[in-house]
Amino acid sequence: MDSTSNNSNTTAHDIIDLCLLAGKIMLQSGAETYRVEDTMSRMAASLGFPGAHSYVTPTVIMFTTSRTEPVKLFRIAERTTDLQKVSEVNDISRRLSERQLTAAEARERLGTVDDAAHAYPVWLQTLAAALTGACFTVMFKGSLWDALPSLLISGVGFAAVTYLHRLVQIRFFAEFIASFLIGLLAFFSVKLGIGQEMDKIIIGCVMPLVPGLLITNAVRDLMAGHLVSGLSKGADAFLTAFAIGTGIGLVLSLF
Amino acid sequence: MILQLITSFIAASAFCVLFNAPVRALLQCGFAGMIGWMLYLQLDDRWDTVVATFGATVVVGVISQFFARSFKMPVIIFSVGGIIPLVPGGLAYDAMRKFVENDNNQGIQFGVQALLLSGAIAAGLVLSEVLGQMFRRKNTSE
Repeated sequence: MDSTSNNSNTTAHDIIDLCLLAGKIMLQSGAETYRVEDTMSRMAASLGFPGAHSYVTPTVIMFTTSRTEPVKLFRIAERTTDLQKVSEVNDISRRLSERQLTAAEARERLGTVDDAAHAYPVWLQTLAAALTGACFTVMFKGSLWDALPSLLISGVGFAAVTYLHRLVQIRFFAEFIASFLIGLLAFFSVKLGIGQEMDKIIIGCVMPLVPGLLITNAVRDLMAGHLVSGLSKGADAFLTAFAIGTGIGLVLSLF
Repeated sequence: MILQLITSFIAASAFCVLFNAPVRALLQCGFAGMIGWMLYLQLDDRWDTVVATFGATVVVGVISQFFARSFKMPVIIFSVGGIIPLVPGGLAYDAMRKFVENDNNQGIQFGVQALLLSGAIAAGLVLSEVLGQMFRRKNTSE
């Protein structure tokens, strides 16, 4: 009796770690708060802890089995959007609850997902950002002539954000410099006669940087009752928009 | 019109590359984005922007639910691609720019508009989820 309870105790720790790892990957990859909580409690339930609770905010995950095992906490410092990872963790959790995977296999697969690099290389992402900028310029009723400078400028802007973020750890600073660069290039492209409407070029080019999705997710979290997550995501989005607005505003006030 | 179709398709799928969506989901993302944007443009001519955004998001949400079911991937992958053109990121930036330029009245106006639009998108997504759940329940009970 003693040995079996001891044995189940160690696996309980493993299961808690497993659920926390899944939650961590999802939260770092930009999944919604309710999805993280839902996935964690589903995984726990399929591994024999039906009453497990988790508390998820953008910066921390707390997880308890509501039994005698200790509550564990995981701090999240860095967040990106990586839908591939969200999808993979989702898949693992579904297989786990359909009993196609054991806990050990799930643990191993989660480890590979956690270590995996981004699915697309940086140059491809820059190219995608350039295309996005050009297309948004056209969608916001800019002319095709404005799309050409947008293609270049938004590529440069995205590359600048990526590079600067590696250089300095403060994201808002990188966003500020990048949007300043975008504003400057847009201004000169209009001056040189390559582009026509500076406003249309700028709005297209900042679209890859702008936190539109974050704002929507924040409101979504608020509606779902995740008040703390909603407010902190809102603050995050506000700061990003502020950095971009300041960068562009600085260019406009200089010239 | 055709130009808008093509650009919204490319914009949505390229944005999904930025968000690291799986390669096999990119076409569907672009499709969802295209549908959402075209619907938005049509509705925006007749009704208020908030209503147009809400309507377009509901349709995008339903399409994403359908894609998620048939391709066995989470809904968020497709709905992100679909709502990206509708999302008020540009407005949020505009609001901040107006504040920086000391035009506070315009800034507040843009800010409130951005908040209302994101509320409309969130409500649209939730509604489409509820619709999806009702549909599923009906299917299982029959």
